[in-house]
Amino acid sequence: MTAVTDQKNPTPGAQAIQIDGLRVSFGDFVAIPHLTFIARYGEVHGVIGPNGAGKTTMMDVITGKTKPKKGTVRLDGSIDLLGLDEPTIALAGVGRKFQKPSVFEALSVRENLEIALRLKPRSILAELRNWSDRRRVARVGEVLNEIGLSAQADLSAGVLAHGQKQWLEIGMLLMQRPKLLMLDEPVAGMTDEETSHTADLVRRLRSPERAVLVIEHDMAFVEEIADRVTVLHEGNPIFEGRMEDARQDAQVRAVYLGR
Amino acid sequence: MANDQTAARVDSPLLFRIVAGTLFLLLISLPVLGGPLSGSSAGISPYLANIIGQIATFALLALALDLIWGFAGILSLGHGLFFAMGGYLIAMHMLKSGYVYGGVTPDIMTFMGWNELPSYWVLFESFPYAMLLILVVPGLVAFLYGYVSFRSRVSGVYFAIITQALTYVAMLLMFRNDTGFGGNNGMTGFTTLLGNDIGSSNLVIGLATTSVLVLLVAFLTCGALMRSPFGRLLIAIRDDEARLRFMGYDTLWPKLAVWCLSGVLAAIAGALYVPQVGIINPRLLSAEVSIEIAVWVALGGRGALSGAVIGAAIISALKFWLTGFVPELWPFILAGVVLLVVTLLPNGLLDLKLAMLRRPSRAKTRKASARPAA
Repeated sequence: MTAVTDQKNPTPGAQAIQIDGLRVSFGDFVAIPHLTFIARYGEVHGVIGPNGAGKTTMMDVITGKTKPKKGTVRLDGSIDLLGLDEPTIALAGVGRKFQKPSVFEALSVRENLEIALRLKPRSILAELRNWSDRRRVARVGEVLNEIGLSAQADLSAGVLAHGQKQWLEIGMLLMQRPKLLMLDEPVAGMTDEETSHTADLVRRLRSPERAVLVIEHDMAFVEEIADRVTVLHEGNPIFEGRMEDARQDAQVRAVYLGR
Repeated sequence: MANDQTAARVDSPLLFRIVAGTLFLLLISLPVLGGPLSGSSAGISPYLANIIGQIATFALLALALDLIWGFAGILSLGHGLFFAMGGYLIAMHMLKSGYVYGGVTPDIMTFMGWNELPSYWVLFESFPYAMLLILVVPGLVAFLYGYVSFRSRVSGVYFAIITQALTYVAMLLMFRNDTGFGGNNGMTGFTTLLGNDIGSSNLVIGLATTSVLVLLVAFLTCGALMRSPFGRLLIAIRDDEARLRFMGYDTLWPKLAVWCLSGVLAAIAGALYVPQVGIINPRLLSAEVSIEIAVWVALGGRGALSGAVIGAAIISALKFWLTGFVPELWPFILAGVVLLVVTLLPNGLLDLKLAMLRRPSRAKTRKASARPAA
């Protein structure tokens, strides 16, 4: 297996993403008043909370889509993400799966994965020249296996079922071996069978070199996959710990579970 | 499993070859049928050759728009701008060389009361210089406009509206006599091009053949380009630009590259068109012209280069034929074509092809969709 990431290997348990004193507002509306949050390598970290709790906004800030008013966001304890644009943040090792399946429908499954791997020096011209690079072909094979779409490799992504598209998109992110993998409601709209398949996939994504952050409404799913959960409410973390403890927490029950 | 649920990805290889083959046949037969055989019953008249040549420039223009619209998903309703730029530049060359070498005073000097041509006409008598400007000026305009728009992430219908507005501004500007390009009258009265008399059958056949040749070369080159990884990148931009950006691609540069390529191709088409019709005026910059280009591509099928060529050929041939005796009917026919495409054929004539593909055995269609990617 060829290493594609060029950064040194992170230590399990170290901080993958560290958010400090984050404040995000849109006009008069304060989405996140003051957020401190840490996701660690080797863990699957669930983020739950009612609508408007600031979950997606937090992802938007990490990926560079939304610029906050205050605070710091660090990747790997050192890289300050706030000064960077989206492509640079992605190349630094942050992969994000969107809520609705976002794949290139007119390209084949294989091409979708091929385009997702950025080899050094990661310029577009170099990528176009190295399209059939040995490393790329090998990595595509690995990821096709991992997401279970080997049989569909040469189909257009547009003809895949909803669940398969979601797995393909996760596969596209895996191509790059991200340090932080963020999944925004990965099982929304899935059948029970697809959900359990996705849970298997996410559990297999846990790796000492990776932090997985999952935003989800489906509590049973989060319980199944997450090592740790954070409950957000109006942009504030009101609980952090194991899911079964979250269910017992009085404040969590009040704002979320008890409804 | 036929993948007809998704937008057309690239041409069917068969259709691509048919169009390329037809263009090639046209290319070798035009000089013969229009030259030595012109008078015989097998030959074609200079009039017909001229129409074929014009249609070839329209097809080239459609090809240019298809690159940006069909592949990168960016609709321009202002490709008349680049087409007209090529046209104005070649017109300046023809007038200046007629003036310098033939001693023919251009009309524009007479009605503007100029004793000599202004400074921006300098060197225009040189054909290579004019060719260079035909590539550089539209390329530069496309670059500046594209850079500003794509940089601030203007896209979709907003981009289309701005392209149209820009073209409209250019039209208003060119309608003014003071702008110095002939105003309302435009430029006409060309006498010579590369030493040939305008209107001589040699030049008519030569221009028509050159137009077909340029179209064929552009068709093959762009076809190869769109099948290459660059083409896949454009399709990815069309399908989900945000996804691509979050994978670390700065989409500005590939968009800008294809936008400039498209603008330059449209300008080349304009430079081939104007000597064949013998006039350029600001009406080429009107909204109708630019919208008609989009209709060609929409009818032929976005995202398939053969579709663009076929669409342009069909509609403009129909226009030549019909405007001969019922010119007032043309806008209604064009509108009818638009309605047909919008309601029944979202992928243009390609939908007919897909409908035919559904009929034969399943194995055959599977083969078509399971084409290996690498």
